[in-house]
Amino acid sequence: MTLWVLIGIVIKILMIVGITQGTVAYLILVERKIAAYAQDRIGPNRCGAQFGLPAALLQPLADGAKMLLKEDVVPKYVTKPLYILAPWIAIVTAMIGFAVVPFGPVGPNQLIDFQIAPNVDMGLLYVLAVGSLAVYGVILAGWASNNKYAFIGGLRSSAQLISYELPLGMSILGMLLLAGSLDMNQVIAWQSQNAWGVLVQPLGFILFFTSAFAETNRLPFDLPESEQELVGGFHTEYSAMKFGMFFLGEYLHIITVSFITVILFWGGWHLPFLGLTPESSGLIDTLLKVGIITGKVFLAILFIMWIRWTLPRFRYDQLMDLAWKSMIPLALINLVATAGIVQLVRTYWN
Amino acid sequence: MRVDDPQLKKIEPPKMTLADRFFLPQVAAGLVVTGKHIFGVAFQDTAITVEYPEVQHVPSPVYRGVHRLNKDEEGRPKCVACMLCATACPAHCIDIVGATAPASWPDREKYPESFVIDELRCIYCGMCEEACPVEAIELTGLYDLTGLSREEMIFDKTKLLSVFDVTRDAEPMRFTTPPPEASSATQALESPVS
Ligand code: SF4
Ligand code: SF4
Repeated sequence: MTLWVLIGIVIKILMIVGITQGTVAYLILVERKIAAYAQDRIGPNRCGAQFGLPAALLQPLADGAKMLLKEDVVPKYVTKPLYILAPWIAIVTAMIGFAVVPFGPVGPNQLIDFQIAPNVDMGLLYVLAVGSLAVYGVILAGWASNNKYAFIGGLRSSAQLISYELPLGMSILGMLLLAGSLDMNQVIAWQSQNAWGVLVQPLGFILFFTSAFAETNRLPFDLPESEQELVGGFHTEYSAMKFGMFFLGEYLHIITVSFITVILFWGGWHLPFLGLTPESSGLIDTLLKVGIITGKVFLAILFIMWIRWTLPRFRYDQLMDLAWKSMIPLALINLVATAGIVQLVRTYWN
Repeated sequence: MRVDDPQLKKIEPPKMTLADRFFLPQVAAGLVVTGKHIFGVAFQDTAITVEYPEVQHVPSPVYRGVHRLNKDEEGRPKCVACMLCATACPAHCIDIVGATAPASWPDREKYPESFVIDELRCIYCGMCEEACPVEAIELTGLYDLTGLSREEMIFDKTKLLSVFDVTRDAEPMRFTTPPPEASSATQALESPVS
């Protein structure tokens, strides 16, 4: 029995790793297309036309081959062990967050548990903890490069991530109070029985989403790599696949963040009027749930990309002001208000 | 400039309203703008770029590309080897060797025996075109200027004249009429004091 569980988990891990890597490759294509469209260009549309495939469907393959075949330049002056370790940290920390993310229905009476580690009680805590580890990749990359631009990029990143960790953590606390659990499946179940998180916690949602941008180093908060002032920021000295791994890490992060957003605030696999309940199993229901959750995640990713090609970068002091002077107080107010209301409702209703 | 110079204009940055300071309305407005562009290109074909090798881009009429040496009605180069273009050229990339015009060309004293432009040194500023008194040198709309060696990119008289043959129909010469007769152009000014 335990052996079968183990094999099942290994298969799930392999599938998730494979699927997410493939998704990342195509997300890069999607991002390039959105960038092109937002700038009134056409974007990549050639690669694959030779084989009759539309819309540059082979572009990710070409990109990947390029990354792998390029010369991997390691400058003489870098601190080598850390320099090589940093991209691995970036990619591993982005990957292990997926361990507790439910990709579909999870529960005792389901066909399969769509989660590598099913029903972890502290799932969200784990995701947050692992997510903040990602900053080590960036800092170490900046530090090991022995390059002033990379170093400044790394420093900025540490300050930025530490600041935005606070509103990120506090903004979801309201939702957790309502659901009464850190287990993501419980949060989805609560939303399917009551209302989507974005309706009951609109402020929490906005704060979470904004800090999520900062956590993933995406525009408008991509100060660690701001090209105009810092060349490439923390990855100035990286080339070929080592650079590609940072890139991969960033996109994996986007996927994780989108999953958390969907699970916490957009109701997970729940859609109104479909009659899906946490208990509903069966093949069709299961497929529906997986489809809905992936669809929502895709929408969230599209939205993140759309934002990226809309907003210019913040100035550094504005970034810090936003975190410490607006978002953290707002998150605190949100938390206290939610706690008060939850307490009142629990005391007087039940 | 002094700080209290009366001509100095002080401009205050516009005050941010409360809504501005929340960023979100502005963010939404920005999303609408880019959203329109994305929608337009994706569904209404409003992209301003073209699929290059298949569709050729047509530059604006004032585009400054490869040079050409204009010919007159008899097929002779219009250039009179006055060296004005070579003098005006800020990149010093025009090299002209003038010679006395053959006796059968009574309308000019000299003609260019050799006329060479280094297209790689040229900065396509158009000064030569402006300096020429007889409109003999012009910049065309040809933009795909490529070559496999540096020597190939040094255009001599034959090549510059052939550029004219290629582009003659698409871009007619801007001034086709011969310069007016000197006698009719210069007239005695009436003295203002009489
Ligand atoms: S375009 Fe400018 S740089 Fe080029 S040949 Fe003419 S004057 Fe010289
Ligand atoms: S091209 Fe024009 S400016 Fe240059 S030498 Fe000939 S006549 Fe003079």
